[in-house]
Amino acid sequence: MKALLICEYREGKLLDSSYELLAFAGKLGADSAMVLIGDAANVPRYGGTVYLADAAGYGEYNPDLHKQLILAAVAQENPDYIVFQHSSYGWDLAPRVAAKLKVAQVSEVIGINADGFEVGCCNAKMRRTVKPAEAKAVLTVQAGAFSVQGEPQGTPNVEKLEIAGTGNVEFVGYEPAEAKGIDLGKAEVIVSAGRGVGKKDNVPVIAALAKALGGELGASRPVVDAGWVEHSHQVGTTGQTVSPKLYVACGISGAIQHLAGMKKSDFVVAINKDKDAPIGDVADVLIVADVMQFVPALTAKLQK
Amino acid sequence: MKILVCIKQVPDMESRFKANGEGVWYEETDLAFRMNEYDEYAVEQAVKLKEQLGDAPEVTVLSIGPDRVVEAIKKALAMGCDRALHVRDPAVHLKDPWQIASIISGYARDKGFDLVFTGMQSQDRGSAQVGVTVAEQLEYACVTTLVGFAYADGAITARRELEGGVKGVVRMKTPALLTCQLGLNVPRYPTLPNIMKAKKKEIVTVPVADLLKEEPLAATTGFYPPAKKGGGIVLEGDVADMADRLVGILKDKTAVLR
Repeated sequence: MKALLICEYREGKLLDSSYELLAFAGKLGADSAMVLIGDAANVPRYGGTVYLADAAGYGEYNPDLHKQLILAAVAQENPDYIVFQHSSYGWDLAPRVAAKLKVAQVSEVIGINADGFEVGCCNAKMRRTVKPAEAKAVLTVQAGAFSVQGEPQGTPNVEKLEIAGTGNVEFVGYEPAEAKGIDLGKAEVIVSAGRGVGKKDNVPVIAALAKALGGELGASRPVVDAGWVEHSHQVGTTGQTVSPKLYVACGISGAIQHLAGMKKSDFVVAINKDKDAPIGDVADVLIVADVMQFVPALTAKLQK
Repeated sequence: MKILVCIKQVPDMESRFKANGEGVWYEETDLAFRMNEYDEYAVEQAVKLKEQLGDAPEVTVLSIGPDRVVEAIKKALAMGCDRALHVRDPAVHLKDPWQIASIISGYARDKGFDLVFTGMQSQDRGSAQVGVTVAEQLEYACVTTLVGFAYADGAITARRELEGGVKGVVRMKTPALLTCQLGLNVPRYPTLPNIMKAKKKEIVTVPVADLLKEEPLAATTGFYPPAKKGGGIVLEGDVADMADRLVGILKDKTAVLR
């Protein structure tokens, strides 16, 4: 069995997440080769073959051309699996490759079982097993689901990858993340508001608990999107990654993007009406209650 | 200009899910359904563009599924879409993303849509495949994870959301397909007059067999809750009592309370 692993490269750097693909190939028991649209000074530490295309020429984001480059590597390697990270790069590119090959794609794989690949569904509350109809398939794997063991090492055998063409999307440039009003990375206690808070007028109740615990206010994505809390407080994949001594999640269901930003916290308390919410999986204490009833009661106790 | 918006109806994610008789998807009884949240942003962006262009574009909304999906279609019409296609399929949950995309592209292929908006993923399946696959099948330019959109004279400037709060800015020409991320805009609530107006808008229904010519490329073989990690303490009951117990636990297990 062979897996072709598609590395990620952004703003002139190979992303470490590329090594998680090697961990996944190891779990599959597959031989591997890698594809990097990047530069020769940034190839992965790896003992196999890396198909290298120059990002200076093809662009860091040019989905049409990247698809064709990957298909050229597929033609050489004839892999059983073509594997991406389930990231803004991978979920954008993988379906294009799968469609051109007319093979199944399985998205955001978190495990391998006898019957197929395990993926999350229903906002991470449930799981599915998905089985491709044929042996060849495109896979995207969830960030963090297959962790790297030990320091990657080796020097790859580099094969040059070239195609002609221009692509139908023009990359203009990157916009940096908004300047951070607050650095949650240094906070010892973070109390975060989620959709379960109900409305913007209720946010001060969560902020009061943060103050009573000597911590900072955090927020989940829906709360920031709704304009209840400003973006600099957002915890998660597109916000800040935090690891405080105490994290209190108030009315946060625990979407994978949020969990990725806070699961390294030392101690997690979750307050949620829904006993089955995925936040319960990372919580040291789950309080099954309405946030707006429980939080004021807790704040009052702490202020005594 | 012609715009297509593709929407899905999904259960409320606060629901408790259990496997159906086939064991490959959820049992629908007792579930409340609504428009997929990502698709609300797609509908809003299409309607905003229609308004920007002086009402000239015609916006068609499409949904695949059993008769219940007409409720989601009606909401899209009340938000400002002009007309609707309901692809009736009582067994939509057994279709894989390739088939769903094939149904949409089968309909759209000869219609000359300049722009197609979809959600970046559904809240229930979360595959994030259908939009991009439709674009490949139609050979449209495509960008996913849209958090900013501007249009002028057939040219689109789009902002994509990347990890860590960084955005990627891209340009493309129509025809194009864009998959919408949460936060792209502020989806409007349908007003009562617009709900009334929507009742007069056309909803065409076609059976799925008319549009689907493709076999699935993948199948779901199981649907089940995640293995409980356990270990955590679960508190239920009286609020004041739980607050007392939590303060005790925090004093015991963390260094943040003295």
